[in-house]
Order: sequence, then C-alpha cells, then structure tokens
Amino acid sequence: MNKRNTYKIKTALSSAIMFALGLLLMTSCDLDTTQTVAKLSTLVMQDEFDTNGAPNPEYWNIDEGTGPNNDGWGNGELQHYTNRTSNLTVQNGYLLITAQKEDYQGSAYTSAKIQTKTKVEHTYGRFEARIRVPYGQGMWPAFWLLGNDIDEVTWPQCGEIDIMEYTGDKPTILHGSVHGPGYSGGNPVTKTYELMSDRFDTGFHIFGIEWGPDYINYYVDDVLYNQITPDDAEGEWVFDHPFYIIINLAVGGTFPGPPSEETVFPQTMLVDYIRVYK
Amino acid sequence: MKNRNYIYVKIIMLSGLLGISTVSCERDYSEDVAFATFPAIGEIFNDTPVAMGSDFYFPYDGSKPTAWSVDNNVSYMGSASMRVDVPNANDPEGNYAGAIFRVDGEGSGRDLSGFDALTFYAKASQAVTIGEIGFGEDFGENKYVANLTNVDLTTNWTQFIIPIPDPSKLIQERGMLRYAAAGIGEPGFETGYTFWIDEVKFEKLGTIAQPKPAILGGEDVEEQGFSGSAIDLAGRNLTQTYNLGSGINQTVTAAPSYFNFVSSDIEVARVNELGIVSILKEGSATITATLDGVKATGSLTLQVGEDFEFAPDPTLPQSDVISIFSNAYTDVLVDTYNPYWDTSTTQGEQTVISGQDILHYTSLNYVAILTATELIDATDMTHIHFDLLTADAPANFIVKIKDFGDDGVDGGGDDQEVAYTVPSSQITSDEWAVLDIPLSNFVGLTNKSNIGSIIFESVGINDLYIDNVYYHK
Repeated sequence: MNKRNTYKIKTALSSAIMFALGLLLMTSCDLDTTQTVAKLSTLVMQDEFDTNGAPNPEYWNIDEGTGPNNDGWGNGELQHYTNRTSNLTVQNGYLLITAQKEDYQGSAYTSAKIQTKTKVEHTYGRFEARIRVPYGQGMWPAFWLLGNDIDEVTWPQCGEIDIMEYTGDKPTILHGSVHGPGYSGGNPVTKTYELMSDRFDTGFHIFGIEWGPDYINYYVDDVLYNQITPDDAEGEWVFDHPFYIIINLAVGGTFPGPPSEETVFPQTMLVDYIRVYK
Repeated sequence: MKNRNYIYVKIIMLSGLLGISTVSCERDYSEDVAFATFPAIGEIFNDTPVAMGSDFYFPYDGSKPTAWSVDNNVSYMGSASMRVDVPNANDPEGNYAGAIFRVDGEGSGRDLSGFDALTFYAKASQAVTIGEIGFGEDFGENKYVANLTNVDLTTNWTQFIIPIPDPSKLIQERGMLRYAAAGIGEPGFETGYTFWIDEVKFEKLGTIAQPKPAILGGEDVEEQGFSGSAIDLAGRNLTQTYNLGSGINQTVTAAPSYFNFVSSDIEVARVNELGIVSILKEGSATITATLDGVKATGSLTLQVGEDFEFAPDPTLPQSDVISIFSNAYTDVLVDTYNPYWDTSTTQGEQTVISGQDILHYTSLNYVAILTATELIDATDMTHIHFDLLTADAPANFIVKIKDFGDDGVDGGGDDQEVAYTVPSSQITSDEWAVLDIPLSNFVGLTNKSNIGSIIFESVGINDLYIDNVYYHK
C-alpha cells in the first residue's frame, strides 16, 4: 500500500511538473503546431483494483474457454480461460491473472481473460494501464482494444488496437499494433520498442495510447515511441467508433510459440490500474 | 552503490548518536579509518589491460605459462585483443592454457557490487568448447568464484554474458577473469588452437533477472554421514541461473560463499560460509540454501548413523613401507589425491572423519593419486596395499600403477602404465576390503623407480572410502 501511495504521489508530482513544463513551453514560444498534442486529462473510467475478489462486474466481463470456435481464440493458444480465483482475482490493489500448468478440460494450461464489452466503450481518449508481465517462452500477455461493432461487421473491419503485446521469450521487447481491413493478422501496422537496461517482467510499466481522430500515439512509461496515422494503414481507417478494453494472459499460440521445459509456472500478470481519459 | 552509501550514512548517524549519548570522552572515528571503498571500475581489457596493475597474470600450475598474450592484429573493437594459444598435449611447457587475472596489490580490489555481469566478446581459430571462463578466483580464499562452463566458441566474434550470482557480495574483488582450456581430441593427444577475448568488462546491464539458484544440481539428495566428518559443498553442483535480456536462461557455477546455508538441525550438522558441512552427531539434518534471499532448489539430507568404522590399523614398521596415504605412517609428498581431470567425473579427495584422514570419492569413474613432483622409487617393494569400503554392490575394481620412466615426466615414450583388476569377489558391501596386491600381479611393470601415479577405476563402485595406501616389502 505504501509503495502505491508513494507512487501515486510521484505521478501526481511528475504530472504537476509536466503540466508546469507544458505551461512554460506554451507561454515562452508556441511554435510547435505540427505535432498533435492531446490534452486528455479528464478521467472517464478508472479501475484501481482496490476491492478484493472478482474483478468489478460493473466494468468487466470474464471470457472463459478456448474461444468461440475452440481454436485457441483464433491464434492456436494453449490455455483454457477460467473465472477461478487461481486464474483470476483482485488482491491487495492488483488484478492478478495467473497462468497455471494443469490439465483442465482438455487443455494443458489455464489462465484468464477479461473485457469491457458493452460496459466500458469509448471513442478516442487516453487508455493506459500499469502492468507487470511474466517471463519465459510461451507467455503472451496483452492489453488491447476491439471495436464494439465486431458482431456486426466482424474482425478486422471492427478494428483492433494492441496497446501492449509481449512475449516472455523477449523480456525487453514490447509490441504496439493496429489491425484493420487490409492490415491485420500477420500484417498489422506495428512497431516494437526495446526497453534499454531494464525489462518488462521485473517491475511495473505504464503502457498507453493517446487516440484521436487521425492518430494513435503509443507510449511506455514516459517514452512516446510511435504514432500511427491513417497514412500508415494499407486500408480503411476504422478507428472512429467506440472500442472496448481487453486484458488477458495467453499461453502459447502462433505468436509466441509453445512454452518450453524452462518456462516457469505458475506465473502472474499484475495490473495495478487501468485508466481512460478524454 | 546507493544502498551501501545509505547504510553507511545510517551507521555513521547511529555512531554519532552513540557518541552523543555516551558523552564526550569518546573519540570520534578519525578520518583515516573512514570505511574503505574500492574503485568501481568495470573494464578489464579493451586494447590493453585496464587498471590491473603490473603483476596481474597468474597461469595455473601445469598450464603453459606463455599461452596468454596481447594480439595487436586481431580485435573485436579497437586495435587489440587478448590471445590464448592453447598448447598441444605434448607441449613441454604445459598441456593446457589456464590463468587468473588478478588486480595487483595485496589488500586491493574493486567494488563490483554495482555491476550485474562480466561481459566479453570471444572467438576461436576453430569451433571449440572451452572448459571454463569466469571470475572471482584470487589465489586467496577464492570466495566468490563464478564460471561459465563448456563455453562454445566459433570463428565469429560472439558476446558472452556471465551474470554475477549476487553482486552485493563483491565489494572488494581481485579476481577479474579466469579461464581453463585444454586442446581438442583424445585425452593425452589433444591438439591446440587459439582463442581471442576482447572488450572484457563488468557491466550493469539491467536486464539480468529472475534468479533461480540451485544446490546439489537442484535435486533433493539424501546420503549417509558420519559424525566427525566434513563435506565440502563446493563440489556439489552449486549454481545460479538468470534470465538474460535475450530471454535465454544462463546458468553459472557459484562458489559456496554466494549462498546462505541453513541446517534443519545444527546439533547434527552445520555449514560455514565456505560451504563446509561439519557433521557433529547422530541424527538427521537437511541442508538448504538461499542466494540473495531467493530459496535455492535442491537440498542435502544427511542421515548420520553410528560412528564410522575405520579400516584395521596397519602393523608393518615404517621402515618397510612407502606410504602414500595413511595416518599410521609418514606419507611421501603427494601432489593431489584428485586431479579432477577433464574426463573424470570423480568428486572428492581427502577428508576427515572423527579426526582421522580418509579418502572419500563419489561419482567415481577413475581418479589418480599423483606423485609427479617427487617420483616414488618402489624397486625394493613387493606389494601395494590399500583398504576399500563401499556401500555399492561389489564390482571389479581396477588399480593402475604408472611409472614415468627415466625422463621422469608423464609422456615422452618411456612410460609404463599397468593395470590389475581386483575381482568383485574380494569386495563385500559395507565391509572394509583389505587389499594387499603383489606388485608381480602388475604384469609388465618392469620399471618401478619413477612411479608418478596410482589410478583407481571402476564401473560399478562409484561411492567409496579408501585408506592406508602404501607400498611395502
């Protein structure tokens, strides 16, 4: 608790400093008009995971099983998602998603996936989460958004914004991507970011996007590492309608490949908070 | 670094408080006794050795002392690299290359606690596997040795990362680098090659994480112990494994002093910081360990039974024997009771049980007792004697005597190595076999004036005690 409080104070301070710097910049010589600077500071949703137990049902739906077509959620993932406490719980201020190695209803692994479809859906804004991920071959945690019209227009027409994707075999590498019609699956608009002198599995990092009508900015901690605009997409820009939030920890699948003998189980993905600003 | 400073500040503040509360006749610490800190220099070699002083290269005994040089024609970066010419097996100057690089000056050292790995680039004249590369050996206590073993080099420069098992231990380290490399090929006929190392330095990579220490190879081992005896955990597969930034799990061997050992019953067995287990009395004790607060996998459970029964005392007078190992006699100079040869799996050598010296070998395939420095003249002797105790099922046990010939050196074409097999019928589990073998049984051993080694070898007997090794007439 203490740590979190300290952290919050720090963030508050740094925001204050950043704000002050912003003011300074603006008052001194306001020449930088080319870059789109979002002033996304109004909280519209936040889950600090402060209530122990299941994730707050006001925000979250729990996806269970191996996907609607029983094909590992379209990616050949190896886990069976459950709502059991051993896979999914909120404790001491954190959302805990734990991947277990266990025989469960025909799968060799279990884990969890939660999403906010129909409960928290927004067009544009700043979406960010503070997360510590697991490590090791086969671990595939993600924090991402899907267009809420997926049932009508189907994927990828609905659009997908991957704020954080990571595979445990590359503990310093983060992937940020968008998928849409003509640029999906193995051919998204994507960029990887390598953390220098640090790793994603040893501490918390803030993963976020700033999403406006004609851009999506990707940042990790205080580093803006990519901006995707309609010019980057080899197809229709579909990021103009409400999207919902998904957090999951997959095991195996086409993107990371299966776990190895050395992969440690169980391992937990910790989420400190999720916040959406407008 | 920050942490330690902080601790020092606390110490100073505390001592300050003490000073105040115990009134003014207490003397303050003088400036001269300021807590010693050592330079936090990471570089060891870029184009020249860095901050090593003038006397830093110490080749191992038996290695070719001139194997190491600075090569001004080959480098990964800059203009030069360290070059090691591993000799052929028959090189008269030494049959392998091995050395430590130690910061010059007694009482010197470096503070490596702010780093997390030793890194370097290496390549070789051909694809080859190097026995060991590491650090922490200073020819003093060698407390913090850590090694990569079986290091695969190719003909292209490759970066190697040796994680420090626990950097906080290395606040005054002199052993910056060590390596041991033998030639390629059949034992005794290895051919040499060259390898190069460049840009050798301790670094703070920040990506060394997820420690998984292990003792006893991560296994829960149970074995018999005897009160009054000791076990050196250094030979019991102590490792630290880190996940590197590349995602690879890198295991290094780690000296006992990196670990904090705990005994479940310190009345039965206790472990010191050098990893020596002292077995004190009957009972059961389980040794576990942590490394930098992380629990190590693996454990050693000792079942300490009744007192150890020793072999019968020898009765021959000293004048009739040449003793290699016996508390009953004065022994000749022995170089080693286990040379830990590359292809030998044998662990252990002399140890002490209830105050008596004894040889204890585990995982034996073969082991040599070397008397190469002062060769034994057994011309007047008629027998070789030794006592053997094992809990293993009886099996054939081979004894080899090797005479180095007139040239007095191992190799050179005039050596005689002759074996005699003690049949399994002469060995009973858990009973001392008192073996007195006529030297005439070693058919073909015509030279006995320059004996340089005795070799014990077995397929079925792997864990054994040996005592009272001597020639007699």
